[in-house]
Amino acid sequence: MTYLYPQIIFSKLFGACLLASLMLLAPLTAQAEYGDVVLNNRAEQSGMRPVIFPHWFHRIRFKCKVCHTEVGFEMRAGANDILMADIIDGKLCGKCHNNKIAWGPQNCHLCHSGLPGLKTGIRGGDSTGGPGKW
Amino acid sequence: MVQNLMKGLLALCIGLGIAQGAFPAEPASTEKPAWLPLAQDDLHDPEGPGIKFLQEPAESLSTLPSDVVGNRVNWVRALDKGFIDPRINLYSNKKQKVLDLDVIRRKTGEMNMVRFPHRQHTEWLDCTNCHEWLFKSKAGATKFSMFDVLKGDFCGRCHGAVAFPLTQCNRCHSVPRRVSATPAADAGRK
Ligand code: HEC
Ligand code: HEC
Ligand code: HEC
Ligand code: HEC
Ligand code: HEC
Ligand code: HEC
Repeated sequence: MTYLYPQIIFSKLFGACLLASLMLLAPLTAQAEYGDVVLNNRAEQSGMRPVIFPHWFHRIRFKCKVCHTEVGFEMRAGANDILMADIIDGKLCGKCHNNKIAWGPQNCHLCHSGLPGLKTGIRGGDSTGGPGKW
Repeated sequence: MVQNLMKGLLALCIGLGIAQGAFPAEPASTEKPAWLPLAQDDLHDPEGPGIKFLQEPAESLSTLPSDVVGNRVNWVRALDKGFIDPRINLYSNKKQKVLDLDVIRRKTGEMNMVRFPHRQHTEWLDCTNCHEWLFKSKAGATKFSMFDVLKGDFCGRCHGAVAFPLTQCNRCHSVPRRVSATPAADAGRK
């Protein structure tokens, strides 16, 4: 029993601390819809608004595996280097945004809809920050 | 060792406290309203030409089974009860391969143990979305802690990003330890 003591204290403190940190973090996060991804590795440098990708909208229509296996998006915001040429070529977003499964790449402003200055990453509050924040 | 960890944790708590002081939350209210209009979400440009063509989250999300966190949608129920019928493939007819197998992870200190249910996950995901690069196919073989999860790795890849957030401790920590179990029996299990 005495051997377990520090472990128990540790886990209590740990739990309390986790909760405290989560509560502290909550108000810091933005108001975006949960799971929205900002894609701005290249867009703004090339004079386009950042791209906002909404997970909520797409997951109503497709299972995760469609994009994260069949289309091949790695599960890490910013990790996929996306060029407009690839999209027009029918890769990545263009696997669906090809005027067949969904409207095509000519609708620039539907994807490039973000506020100037946004950084690439996952958004949406409630989270602990998402990958890479800590 | 334990002491160092505790010191680290305390430092982290204090650090967060300070960070919080430096960026005070705007209004005092902690309750985030569900489904803000796109023009107010700090992400979409209200001046942009595209915004009026995009769907407002409230329009579709409010019709799905509700939840208190994340998208305010219980996605497991939405799928199970047929509220949504997302496509499984783009170009093949392969069926979704669902596996009904729970894995219990026991190293949770005083917290309830963690139940990982394969069924609900394999309704959405392929085996290869998790195996073998993220999790080994052997219960207990993948070593990670809650810190790794909070950093956005392992379960935290998805939970805290797209799937329900990490604030919901008890949805994962859902298996109470039997009161009768001797500590030694649990401590010995990996
Ligand atoms: C289906 C969504 C979508 C549509 C439609 C779309 N884009 Fe993009 N675009 C993206 C994504 C995603 C990126 C990568 C963003 C990043 O990482 O910065 C991108 C990047 C870019 C870039 C920078 C990278 C590069 O290849 O030069 C330019 C410029 C660009 N888009 C222009 C356009 C124009 C012009 C149109 C309309 C003809 C358009 N886009 C339509 C999604 C889209
Ligand atoms: C329509 C395509 C699509 C669907 C469906 C989809 N995703 Fe994604 N996902 C993306 C894209 C695009 C990104 C961003 C990749 C990037 O930034 O390079 C992303 C990023 C992610 C990330 C990384 C987030 C981070 O914090 O870095 C996770 C985790 C993720 N998705 C999980 C899921 C889960 C779970 C589902 C199913 C509930 C899902 N996705 C459904 C396209 C999709
Ligand atoms: C698996 C197929 C698929 C992929 C991959 C995909 N989309 Fe879509 N997307 C769709 C469909 C289907 C719609 C709905 C089209 C419609 O309403 O006609 C849509 C709609 C959208 C919308 C409009 C949402 C609204 O409010 O109406 C945006 C923005 C968008 N996609 C961005 C992207 C971006 C950016 C990417 C790549 C990072 C991407 N999509 C990849 C299938 C896909
Ligand atoms: C997405 C699922 C998930 C959520 C949500 C979650 N945990 Fe965990 N937690 C785990 C897993 C998995 C482990 C590792 C168990 C193992 O290795 O046997 C763990 C381990 C722990 C441990 C043991 C010590 C350690 O560092 O591993 C503590 C304490 C803990 N969690 C506290 C919490 C608290 C407090 C919350 C809520 C703020 C929480 N967890 C939310 C999945 C979760
Ligand atoms: C969301 C992630 C995820 C997906 C998707 C997933 N698994 Fe797992 N799987 C896990 C985790 C986590 C474990 C436990 C690993 C550990 O404890 O080290 C596990 C363990 C296993 C085990 C070992 C169970 C035991 O009792 O030893 C098998 C077998 C397995 N998975 C098969 C599959 C198959 C087959 C699929 C596809 C139908 C699949 N998994 C999909 C996360 C996943
Ligand atoms: C690849 C992405 C991914 C990973 C990794 C992942 N999950 Fe999930 N998990 C999901 C999705 C998607 C759902 C569906 C619910 C949602 O989106 O909120 C879900 C749901 C759940 C549920 C709720 C089941 C229900 O019946 O309500 C539990 C519990 C859970 N996950 C635990 C875990 C644990 C524990 C781990 C780590 C061992 C883990 N998950 C890792 C994506 C993931």
